[in-house]
This record gives sequence, C-alpha cells and structure tokens, in this order.
Amino acid sequence: MFDIFKDLIYSSGVVSLTGGNLVMWLVAFVLLYLAIKKQYEPLLLLPIAFGILVVNLPLTFLMEPEHGLIWFFYHYGIEQDIIPPLIFLGLGAMIDFGPLIANPKTLLLGAGAQAGLYVTFFAAILFGFDLQEAGSIAIIGGADGPTTIYLTSKLAPHLLGATAVSAYAYMALVPIIQPPIMKLLTTDHERKIVMSKLRSVSKLQRICFPIVTAMTIMLVVPPAAPLISMLMLGNLFKESGVVERLTNAASNELMNIVTIFLGLSVGATMTASTFLNPKVLFIFFLGLFAFVISTAAGLLMAKFMNLFLKDKINPLIGAAGVSAVPMAARCVHKVGSEANRRNYLLMYAMGPNVAGVIGTVVAAAILLKNLG
Amino acid sequence: MPELIAPLAGNVWKVLIAVGDKVEMDDEVIILEALKMETPIFCDDDGTITEIRVKEGDAVNEGDVLAVIG
Repeated sequence: MFDIFKDLIYSSGVVSLTGGNLVMWLVAFVLLYLAIKKQYEPLLLLPIAFGILVVNLPLTFLMEPEHGLIWFFYHYGIEQDIIPPLIFLGLGAMIDFGPLIANPKTLLLGAGAQAGLYVTFFAAILFGFDLQEAGSIAIIGGADGPTTIYLTSKLAPHLLGATAVSAYAYMALVPIIQPPIMKLLTTDHERKIVMSKLRSVSKLQRICFPIVTAMTIMLVVPPAAPLISMLMLGNLFKESGVVERLTNAASNELMNIVTIFLGLSVGATMTASTFLNPKVLFIFFLGLFAFVISTAAGLLMAKFMNLFLKDKINPLIGAAGVSAVPMAARCVHKVGSEANRRNYLLMYAMGPNVAGVIGTVVAAAILLKNLG
Repeated sequence: MPELIAPLAGNVWKVLIAVGDKVEMDDEVIILEALKMETPIFCDDDGTITEIRVKEGDAVNEGDVLAVIG
C-alpha cells in the first residue's frame, strides 16, 4: 500500500517541479490576466499563456520531439513555416489596400518606419547577440507577429517565445508607447493638419494591386515569397469579389484555426530553461527600442516629405508605418483628433499602416537572405 | 441647406439626434464606427435637423450626406 502511494508521488509531476517552472507559471498567469482582464491581444496571448503553463508542468512531455502533442503543432506549423503564411492569407483577405493605392507616397512611410529594425540589428550585435539572433530581435520593431515568428523560427528558434511575445505585447501597447513619441516629434500645428480628401480607387486598381505587388516583390526579393504570395492571394480573393466563400474561409475559419495552433505552439516553446535567461530580458528591451525607433523614423520621414510636398500630409500618419494593423492607425487617429477634433486621420493612416506590413515582410526577407 | 457629411467611411454606430432637434456648432450628433473605433461626428452649423438620411447600422462612405440641417 505504501509502495503504491510512493509510486504515485514519484510518477507525478510534483516532485520534478523546478523553481524555474514556478516562475514560468507566474509569467503564464500574468499573461492570462493581461489577456482576460485587460484584453490585450487576447486571441493570441490567451493560447500563448496556456501553452506556457502546460509546458511547465513536468513529465507531460507535450513538447517532446516526435511524441508530444504540442510538438507536432509546433513542428508542422511553425518549424515548417506553415502557419505564418496562412495567417497572412487571412490578413490579406481582411486588409483594404485602398488608402495606400489612393495615396501611394505613403508607401515611403511604411518603408521609413523599418529604419528601427536596422538600428536595432546593430544595437543587438553590440549587446553580444549573434547575427541570427540580432535579426530576429530587430524584426520586433516592425510590430508584426506572424513575420516575427516566421523569421525567428528560421534564424534563432531558441528565441521564438521571447520575440513573439514581445512583438505581440508591443502591438497591444501601441496606444501607450506611441503617443508620447508622436507628441514629442510633432508640433501642435502639425498635428492639426487636415489632409485633402483621398481620391477614389477603382475596382480594377484594387484587383491589379495584389497581382502587381506580388509579382514585383517576389521578383526583387524572392525570399519574401511565402508571406507575400499568401498575403496578396488573400487580398485578391477579397478584391475580386467573386470568391466570397474563400475570402470568408481565409479571414475567419482558417485564420481562427491556425491562430489556436500558433499561440499554443509559441507559448509551448517557453520552457523555464529557454526563457529564464538574462538574454530574454534584453530581447524585450531591444524590441521596445526597435519599436520606438521605428515610430520615430516614420514620423520624421513624414516631416521630411512635407518639405517637398505642396499638399502637406499630417506627420502623425508616419507613426502608422509600423505594421500593427490597425492599432497604429487607430492611435494616429486618436492623437490627431485630440489636437483637432475635426481631424479624421484613420483612413489616411491606413495607407502607411498597410504599407508597413509589406515593408516588414520585405525587411524580414532581406534579413533572411543575408543571415539564413 | 447645410449638410452633415461623413468625414470617413464606416458604419453608423449611434444617431444622437432626431428630426426637429435644435443643434449648435460643435454638437456631437452622430457616432460612426470604423475599424472597431468610435468616431464622433460634430455639427458644423447652428440650426434644426430637417432630415436624417442614415440609421444605426448603415454603412456609409466618405462624403455621404448623413443629415440635413435647416
């Protein structure tokens, strides 16, 4: 009787618990709190947090290669790069590129805001990260979750949990991080600028955009193909208007399904041994740095463009050049309406915002080509 | 007659006025919802609402007339 009892204790996870596991439980609980109570990116943080929790329960072997349930999700979904492109398919089916087509010069803002990535890349190297790790950390500045996961899984898979969580955290914190930078770098007068009405975009232009963009980007930067091809296919579904069922499947059901596997797998990479490491703290710090520099670069780029433009743009929309869609555009709209409550910048900010998505993918492809 | 124009595309979230209401410049009259964000639309003129052309839930485009002020 005593032996059975002893056996039960030793085969239970309790005796194998480490202090690190307990710390990771705490991390999981904090993220659960942020997801449920504060509703910060709950669709992702909730499965990520639960993934962290279950993988830090000893002897469950959920991430055991070739055996564990979540390992299979991770292996086929993330290591084999299936999920991030599928998320992009859904994003493409939801994104309206109209504001970008109507005002193509905002493409420059989406590109300008990628400056933070390159600055951070070198900063990370100075902090002692190797080239692959530095690339994975720099991409956080784009504030694009799937792209961050895609690049990190190829360059530095051991950092996946940290870079993914920090990318999603900064996306959720856009309304807190961006406004002070926006106010610092623009004058009240600039924030009050009301932009001239966007020209209307024809259906033909909307249909041609994904086709032409896909071809151009893939010809110039072929490693961007998996993400860009799916993004533009999704967008073509939407704009063609003839495959509503596919548009809905890509943007609703498929997107929701892969989001579950993505979140859970990312969370499950965060075991105590990989996550509790002084490097990880630096990743959050450098990721924030990247995001701040990208925001500032977008704003400054917009101010620079105003030197040449007769029809001034509101420099706030430059801050939307990071690819947190549509959080950054909403944030621009809000700060703009605080300066002038008849200033409705939302749609103007969507131009650089969607350009930022494309910009981040291109930046990731360039990093991948040179470091992979 | 002055018209209240939608400054951006979105869905009508709330109509805060009724025909016959007296409104003043800068009154918040309609709230649009775009990208899950509420955007209040303010009155540009003093007057009385003579016509409301939208109802809650309608999708509007930039430039559409929301209401007429007499």
